[in-house]
Amino acid sequence: MEPKQIKHYLIKFQSIIALMIMCIVLSFLSDRFLTGENAWNVMRQISVNVIISVGMTLVILTGGIDLSVGSILALAGAVTAGMLKFGAEFTDINLYFGFTMLGALVGGTLVGTVLGWFNGITITRFKVPPFVATLAMLTIARGLTMLWTGGFPITGLGDNMAFIGTGWFLGIPMPVWISAIIVLTAVVLTNKTILGRHIYAIGGNETAARLSGIKIKKVKVIVYSIAGALAGIGGIIVTSRLDSAQPNAGLSFELDSIAAVVIGGTSLSGGKGTIMGTVQGALIIGILNNGLVLLNVSPFWQQVIKGLVILLAVVIEKFNSKEE
Amino acid sequence: MQNKINIPPVLEIRNVSKEFSGVYALKNVSMEIFPGQVTAVIGENGAGKSTLMKIISGVYPEFEGDIFYRGEQVSFKNPKEAAEKGIVIIHQELNLIPHMSITENLFLGQELTTKFGLLDYPRMHEKAAGLLARLQLDVNPGTAVNRLRVGQQQLVEIARALLFDSKVLIMDEPTSAISDHEVKLLFRIIKELKAQNVAIVYISHKLKELFEIADRFEVLRDGAHVRSGLMEETTQDKLIGLMVGREIKNRIRKNDENLNEEILRVENLSFRNPENKTDFLVSDVSFTLRKGEVLGIAGLMGAGRSELLEAIFGLHPQLVSGSVYINNKKVKLQNVSDAVAAGIALVPEDRKLQGLILNMNVTENTSLASLKDLSSFGFINNNKEVQLGKKYIKELNTNVPSVNIEVEKLSGGNQQKVILAKWLATNPKVLLLDEPTRGIDVGAKAEIYKLIKKLAELGMGIVVVSSELPEILAVADTVLVMSESKVTAIYTREEASEEKIMRAAIAEKE
Repeated sequence: MEPKQIKHYLIKFQSIIALMIMCIVLSFLSDRFLTGENAWNVMRQISVNVIISVGMTLVILTGGIDLSVGSILALAGAVTAGMLKFGAEFTDINLYFGFTMLGALVGGTLVGTVLGWFNGITITRFKVPPFVATLAMLTIARGLTMLWTGGFPITGLGDNMAFIGTGWFLGIPMPVWISAIIVLTAVVLTNKTILGRHIYAIGGNETAARLSGIKIKKVKVIVYSIAGALAGIGGIIVTSRLDSAQPNAGLSFELDSIAAVVIGGTSLSGGKGTIMGTVQGALIIGILNNGLVLLNVSPFWQQVIKGLVILLAVVIEKFNSKEE
Repeated sequence: MQNKINIPPVLEIRNVSKEFSGVYALKNVSMEIFPGQVTAVIGENGAGKSTLMKIISGVYPEFEGDIFYRGEQVSFKNPKEAAEKGIVIIHQELNLIPHMSITENLFLGQELTTKFGLLDYPRMHEKAAGLLARLQLDVNPGTAVNRLRVGQQQLVEIARALLFDSKVLIMDEPTSAISDHEVKLLFRIIKELKAQNVAIVYISHKLKELFEIADRFEVLRDGAHVRSGLMEETTQDKLIGLMVGREIKNRIRKNDENLNEEILRVENLSFRNPENKTDFLVSDVSFTLRKGEVLGIAGLMGAGRSELLEAIFGLHPQLVSGSVYINNKKVKLQNVSDAVAAGIALVPEDRKLQGLILNMNVTENTSLASLKDLSSFGFINNNKEVQLGKKYIKELNTNVPSVNIEVEKLSGGNQQKVILAKWLATNPKVLLLDEPTRGIDVGAKAEIYKLIKKLAELGMGIVVVSSELPEILAVADTVLVMSESKVTAIYTREEASEEKIMRAAIAEKE
């Protein structure tokens, strides 16, 4: 291989190379790192971030941003827990519904979808910039979570519910299954479908996309709805794992998610990036977190290091795209 | 030298040329500008007027040739330097900051301060009020400029130029957006400035007003200087002759026998100006297009040609009224996909901003408007897609190393072919082309003309908007001329000539 080709491959697989280097270094520094148990640990820990980051990737590919995923996650989790535990009671007309677990799961996901849809509507119909629209939703959804829970956790959700977050199936943790299915679906969506192509086109050049007959508003509403739905699913997993819906669940999850997308090489201006890149970004953040904990690095330093890694990733990306 | 009075020129332009990526916008232009006179610089779209003005006023610091100002050779690094020396330009497009007040806009970049370094609003307001009074603009200088009408904003722009102690004042189409009353005011100011020995360079397409205000004229054509002279010794027809005066190239299309069946009919199409409810960008346009016919739309910049195409393409449903018929059936045009479904395609004016997804490859750009035909249940058939890309590369003779190359790496001509491919893939009945050969080389141009001819022969109806008259005359069966949002003439190919078209293009509102 010629040097130029080698360089091309180095750039193409930079995230994977970075991951491998991290794993090798960590396996030298800690004998607890390279164990099966720890591997599943990391995978399970990042699964929620992977799920919401898939939605975030789609949003960012259209040139937008979604700051509300953490709050939507909390509300969806709380709604699921509430439906499961208390059902819906209308005292005025003496009506009471109990919900099956499936009903509660659908309910939680639906709440996420509707709030995401609302984001899409404010952004496309009322022309609110995505940053502002989803910042408002961040506050709204958090407030609704507080109202729904009264500020207290909803706990004791039963074994069935706990299985989603803590159970194993065919030797693989359930959250990993769920995130893997979502990732695969999203990979197919972005690479093989008209919707996926339209998402890239809108982020690449919205005017040209509109002049090609692409329905910009419809695509954006769908994308924000998907992001909301995935945040909802994330909320269900978090709630299940803790056997409790916490009113302040998902705080600053949007930032971890944006970090995974950016480290994964997706351009914040849209049109460029992949789902698998984001998965690698989430893995890098997850392994970094895990390694720093295993090495007993102080939590304060952990934050500093994480920030530096994000900067480094973006600087390398800029440098490489200039090289190309 | 047709200068009657024997005074030295304030500005002397000697052999100035300017090149943009291999294409000369100006070639060896020389002219002299005299104090106390209005010099009209005239020419068609793209003749090089604006480029020349931008060189004089320091917007383009790099050029070939020399400029002498008050006897000294100068080279301005930026417009501010030129303005400080006394060469001020009033741009055609407004350069005001919308939500700032008139005063703040007037003094932008040259603010007056108190001895403590703070903004001296009282002094600035006072000066601004004086200027506004001179222009008879009866508004408070504290008013935000976005609350003014466009004509008033234009006057603010003019006031800003008066704030400088200018020796040379360049006005680029100053009357394009203002009312007759404001034009009269402007002319009075110009006369005052003349009396103060200011040299005025006046660019306008409205030849009639030049006879009212200008003393001398300089004609540019295709980037070269053609003729200069005194306004009182010329006529409108002579000027038009000087502006166009090109030999007409061989017409590419021959007469067609079977131009019968109507394919597109536009009735009373109007397009309201979104910035000014009483104004129209396109007003009451009607025409028919037959199968196999090429309709050329000529007109000056801002005449409403692109807007007409956009209106037909369903881009502005809220602002457009009137009806569009395809094959005698009325089509509802609420958005672009309606237009595409009805068989209309638009190749827009700006390739990079409106036509292409630059970071996508040739195949992906080609298939973008016809993905539905290439997929089942929403899943794209990659094989079919690549086939489509390859088919059009072959048919249009697009020069690409591979179908996977990103379109931003292609030349302008090849990019234009990719956009054409995108629309041909939708099998349109009517193809709207907006400046289809702008900025592409001669070879690709000829290929696009040939393609237009071939598509017309296959029965497509084609509308070509172009600022190049030879291009219109080469491809069009019928020529429709627009001026100030209206259709001012329709000529058959036999009737059309550059002079006739030009006259219709500068025809003014009755």
